[in-house]
Amino acid sequence: MKKKNKVAANTNWPVTILLFAGCLTVIFPLYMAFVIAFKKPSEMTNDIAGALSLPKSWSLENFAEAMRVTDFWHSFGYSLMITLITVVLAILIHSLAGYAIGRSMAKSKFFNISYLYIVSGMFVPFAILMMPLVKQTAQIGIDNWFGVIVCYLVFYMPMNVMLYTGYLKNIPIALEEAAFVDGASTWSTYWRVIFPIMKPMHATVAVLTALGTWNDVMTPLVIMSGTGANTLPLAQLTFQTQFGTNYNLAFASYLLALLPILIFYLICQKQIINGVVNGAVK
Amino acid sequence: MNKKLSRNRTFLIIAIPVLALFFSFNTLPLIKGLMYSFTNFRGFGSYDWVGFRNYIDLFTDARVGKSYLFTFKFAILATIVTNVISLILALGLNSKIRAKSALRGIYFIPRILGGLVVGYIFGYIFTYILPAITGHGSMLSNTKTAWIAIVIVAAWQSIAQTTLIYISGLQTVPEDVYEAGAIDGATGWQSFKSLTFPLIIPFFSINMVLSMKDFLMVFDQIMALTKGGPAQSTESISYLIYNNGMGGGQFGFQSANAVIFFIVIVIISVVQLTITGKKEEQL
Repeated sequence: MKKKNKVAANTNWPVTILLFAGCLTVIFPLYMAFVIAFKKPSEMTNDIAGALSLPKSWSLENFAEAMRVTDFWHSFGYSLMITLITVVLAILIHSLAGYAIGRSMAKSKFFNISYLYIVSGMFVPFAILMMPLVKQTAQIGIDNWFGVIVCYLVFYMPMNVMLYTGYLKNIPIALEEAAFVDGASTWSTYWRVIFPIMKPMHATVAVLTALGTWNDVMTPLVIMSGTGANTLPLAQLTFQTQFGTNYNLAFASYLLALLPILIFYLICQKQIINGVVNGAVK
Repeated sequence: MNKKLSRNRTFLIIAIPVLALFFSFNTLPLIKGLMYSFTNFRGFGSYDWVGFRNYIDLFTDARVGKSYLFTFKFAILATIVTNVISLILALGLNSKIRAKSALRGIYFIPRILGGLVVGYIFGYIFTYILPAITGHGSMLSNTKTAWIAIVIVAAWQSIAQTTLIYISGLQTVPEDVYEAGAIDGATGWQSFKSLTFPLIIPFFSINMVLSMKDFLMVFDQIMALTKGGPAQSTESISYLIYNNGMGGGQFGFQSANAVIFFIVIVIISVVQLTITGKKEEQL
């Protein structure tokens, strides 16, 4: 109790107030998107009040129309499918690769070079891969959602393999040796002992990969546009011209595109923040 | 001994397909891009080898030169703005304030949102809200101010993560450092400059490298806000490669541009890493 009083007395109120005021820079664009999305075009007078005041009646009409125009559920489905499959495969494949490479790097030149080879992929900008990848995916017939997933698995490999091998350095090898003595194979030891231990790193990898793939525009734009299928961001780009000057419809669509990730953030805020920070700092 | 062999074999069985996948969708397209950069390929039809002509043309092409100038101008200003604001925010969010976790949660929101939609929302602010307040025209339609608008949007998003990284840096500074500093009479700016900042230099370098690299590859915000305009004043390198390479019949020429861009990114990353690496050693 005494300690609590001391903390309260020490509260830096000027800084607290400034920080709350600063929050407006984050909240304002979202607030604006929110109120415009609920309004009717007739309520949008030419002054600022017309755009920023609360709507006279809260109607979901714009959202229904936006869902119809952008084929929301379809794009949402594709975004969800691509993100989920990418994350699951990234955790399985990248952690395995991180394990094989991380455990043999010190002893084997082959694995040491493999590590440097994969990690140096981090410096390769998408711009240089873009045009050849478009040709390549079209040639082997995966210029669709599947090709996008394959690309993501490769693009995120450098970062994820680096994160996993880094994490493995802190896991004592004695754990595996104990399982060996019991006669387990490397393969089963991995899935029974190592994979579960790496859970914190799986969370980091999942968060970083999911945020990256969910919000990415460029890869689906060049690889799967023309298939008729859209991801959520791609749908915004495709239908932007159709919104015309009906900003209410446009903002309803933007809000719909932001909503899934905002809800996800509300639920797993702590994991997301930790994931992003761990990914950058480690 | 047998066991060790089988362990190594398992590792190889895992590593080889993964390496093959990585080669096929990273190294192979990289090599192909390099190859195309020596051709006059338009994206379709037949093509011829043109030697280094694309590279020679690159250095005399005004549009390419302009896009490099814009991209660097943008990336440098955005990196500075992001890091200065993030450091200030992080110091605030790490001090003795109320509702700390709620505030951190709010300031982090921009990081999770997609750059394209954020760009569209800000596009409306620049086109309708700001002109109504200031009485001037839209920032986006003026060649002198459009790039600033893109800096604002890019920084708005990037500050979220940068701040969080600085906060985790500040949390590694032990409390007694400040106490010792306070005894010596170090306060405010003095204490930050000579006590706090040197201790969080590793985090400063991470942020500089990460934000510079991200900003150099800027694409989504351009796509949403200006599409390179007005008068090609905000054409980033990535956008130009996409726009002219994919749709403009300059597949070969823009491949050469992409190769140069790749080399530039590698050089900058290596320089940044060596400089910051040296600074860390000195401590």
